Amino acid sequence: MQIRPVLSALRKHRVATVLIAMEIALACAVLCNACFLIANRVQQIRIHSGVDERALAAIKLTGFDEKDGVDLNARVLSGLATIPGMRSVSVINAVPFGGSPNNAGITTDAAGKQFAGVVNFYTGGPGSFTALGLRLIAGRAPQDDDYQPVVHFVPDDALVWVSQSLAEHAWPGVDPIGKEFWVGRPHFRVAGVVANLARPSPGEGGPSTIEWSVFVPSQPGAHFAGTYLLRASPEELSRVLRDARAAIAKIAPDAVLETATSQSVASLRETFFQQDRTMAGILLGVIAAMLLVTALGIVGLASFWVQQRRRQIGIRRALGATRGDILGYFQTENFLIVTFGIVLGMLLAFALNLLLMTHYELPRLPLYYLPIGALILWGLGQLAVLGPALRAAAVPPVVATRSV
Amino acid sequence: MFAYYLDLAARSLKRNKVLTALMVLAIAVGIGASMTTLTVMHLLSCDPLPTRSGTLFFPQVDPNPYPDGPSLPYDMMDYRSAVDLWSAHRADRQALIAHGQLKLTAPQVNLPPLMAQVLSTTSEFFPMFDVPFRYGHGWSAQDDASRARVAVISADLNNKLFNGADSVGRTLRLKDSDVRIVGVLDAWRPSPQFYDVAGGRFDDGQTGDFYGRTEDVFLPLNSSSDINPVGFNFFTCWSMPQSDATLQTSPCVWMTLWVQLDSPAKVRSYRQFVADYAALQKSAGRFARADNTQLRSLMGWLDFNHVVPSDVRLQMWVAFAFLLICLFNTVGLLLAKFLRRSGEIGVRRALGASRAAIMAQCLFEAGLIGLLGGIGGLLLTLLGLWLVRRQPVAYADLVHLDTAMFLATFALAIAASLLAGLLPAIRASRMAPGLQLKMT
Repeated sequence: MQIRPVLSALRKHRVATVLIAMEIALACAVLCNACFLIANRVQQIRIHSGVDERALAAIKLTGFDEKDGVDLNARVLSGLATIPGMRSVSVINAVPFGGSPNNAGITTDAAGKQFAGVVNFYTGGPGSFTALGLRLIAGRAPQDDDYQPVVHFVPDDALVWVSQSLAEHAWPGVDPIGKEFWVGRPHFRVAGVVANLARPSPGEGGPSTIEWSVFVPSQPGAHFAGTYLLRASPEELSRVLRDARAAIAKIAPDAVLETATSQSVASLRETFFQQDRTMAGILLGVIAAMLLVTALGIVGLASFWVQQRRRQIGIRRALGATRGDILGYFQTENFLIVTFGIVLGMLLAFALNLLLMTHYELPRLPLYYLPIGALILWGLGQLAVLGPALRAAAVPPVVATRSV
Repeated sequence: MFAYYLDLAARSLKRNKVLTALMVLAIAVGIGASMTTLTVMHLLSCDPLPTRSGTLFFPQVDPNPYPDGPSLPYDMMDYRSAVDLWSAHRADRQALIAHGQLKLTAPQVNLPPLMAQVLSTTSEFFPMFDVPFRYGHGWSAQDDASRARVAVISADLNNKLFNGADSVGRTLRLKDSDVRIVGVLDAWRPSPQFYDVAGGRFDDGQTGDFYGRTEDVFLPLNSSSDINPVGFNFFTCWSMPQSDATLQTSPCVWMTLWVQLDSPAKVRSYRQFVADYAALQKSAGRFARADNTQLRSLMGWLDFNHVVPSDVRLQMWVAFAFLLICLFNTVGLLLAKFLRRSGEIGVRRALGASRAAIMAQCLFEAGLIGLLGGIGGLLLTLLGLWLVRRQPVAYADLVHLDTAMFLATFALAIAASLLAGLLPAIRASRMAPGLQLKMT
């Protein structure tokens, strides 16, 4: 296929060509960035919490007096344990996706100079480490005498288990076992590393800090009461949780059940990412509508050009051009226009990405998005022009002999 | 002339129904998406107190005794600084605010206990923010000082507990204490709930909760701390609190102060007052930094906290990019349409129609498409807003189409289509009459 004649014909339709190319360029920029945004959201939605979500649920009680905490813990732990199907009940301060994080800035020296970031502290009573299903990748699991009484919001001097992500951030390249850190005076020593452990509100400190969590084995007491971790088999969990919520009214009539948090971890996760799912859905809808509009624009303009050039097509056919030649002509023409658009669109896509990077916490657009976007638009252009091009190819040579 | 062009435009649109439908649909979808997001944006970024916001200010000091703390002052204040500034009474009005939850029951009302969101404040909160009352009124400065057990409740709570009846004089049990209701708010839904805004810069754009409903119970600050001294939420602490510390003596920030300053001179002198206070505290050894003070206006404080959720902004930009693509599309299709009629236009020109007349005719057609697209866009906007209302977001119940946005929909649709029609119209009007006639 010769490109020269196609180009010189396009020069005659400069305005329309530029218009379609601009539309393609815009579509390319929006397509690449919207796909990138969707990928980012999906990545967030699919984060690994590190706990057995399908087997876990939380019960959160408020409104009781601090002095009643010890008694409440005892009543709830023994009361809920009798529910058929309940594998374990333990005291915990929060669960992933349940909110109410326990954040504090840590330093890797006693003097408080080497700041290592704001991390979340999970305090968990006996049994909670196993119940969560945390995967230990270094060190040992907590033992009975590791559970210390809570003094401030955590024990004052404790062995802790950190997520791999936090270990790599705080002590890059070295074995984290035995390393120490401080929150002011309280002092902690790393006894183990778990593969994953998301914050109770993942993402609040930015995407890179989602798993900056510490597990501190803690003895339930007056300062550590009210939130409980339930474990049951995934099939029985919803029934067990329902029974537990009903039982609480009898076990702890003095406390108020926080219904929004007293859910299975799976449904807390569902609620937590609702907004991100909606946003991803909206972006997907916009991409679909945008591609449809662009395709229809190409169909409209191509149909007009075919109509306008009926006579010329007839003459070319009469001079020996095959149907394939005519089809090829329109397809090449569309390919060239879309290519102009894509070249411009890649620059636009980068500009748009820079803009998004300054206003949203978004990384740089990976380069491989550009060829994918280009392929989609080339495909779309070819598909859209096929209809009008086939109509052009069907123009009989005899048209050339007619005057109009 | 008007009727003639309308007739011509209608005829032309009828001639190629598919193309017309395509253009109208593209405009409608583009307008629908843009107006939905623009309406949400408009509702979320408007002034929550249009008559008062210019005179309301938010003072901040940096009570951190360590010089290497955060570079900006904390979003809230410690007890001592807040109470010192408040009790000086240097503003026209001032109110302290702290948040907490208390277990609430109402005698003679058969409902299980619930955790009520409690706003602990001082008497001038109500007149300063122009809070509307359904029944009764706020409490007095005397009640603040005498730690009176009085409360104001929200319309929502009044509906829930007392079915909306006048509950002034009735008793609520908060934790272990009885309080007497002195006032019931009327429907009050500032958007955003500006007096609760803090910490927005740490929310990573997820600020939808600033548009929630008001607290259930409003209590005098002193009474509230008598009822439950540990019942307040703190914002952050600059060092680890002692285990026996009360919030009042803890190294934590948990209170805010709002002041009303009725003239620029008063704003200047209050700014000086806050700076002087910080300097005094520094020389007393309590503050490390005296220069780290702020006095932001209400709107300035909202901007600083990026109250409009970043997703809402993003949706708006995406929608406008989409509208732009729809416009390019319409330009292309109109160009094709007008140029296809070159013969007809040639005849009109040869019969004496001026270029302006041809252009007017083309723009009329474009405007008609815009009007039809606007009607479609309006329906799609209503659909879009209905979808937004079904989202589990705090501002869902605020979302509606107001008159301004209703008119803006048509203005935008017609402006967009005229803009799209301008280039094709110019091209059509430039056609030489002779050339087109020769070919036919």
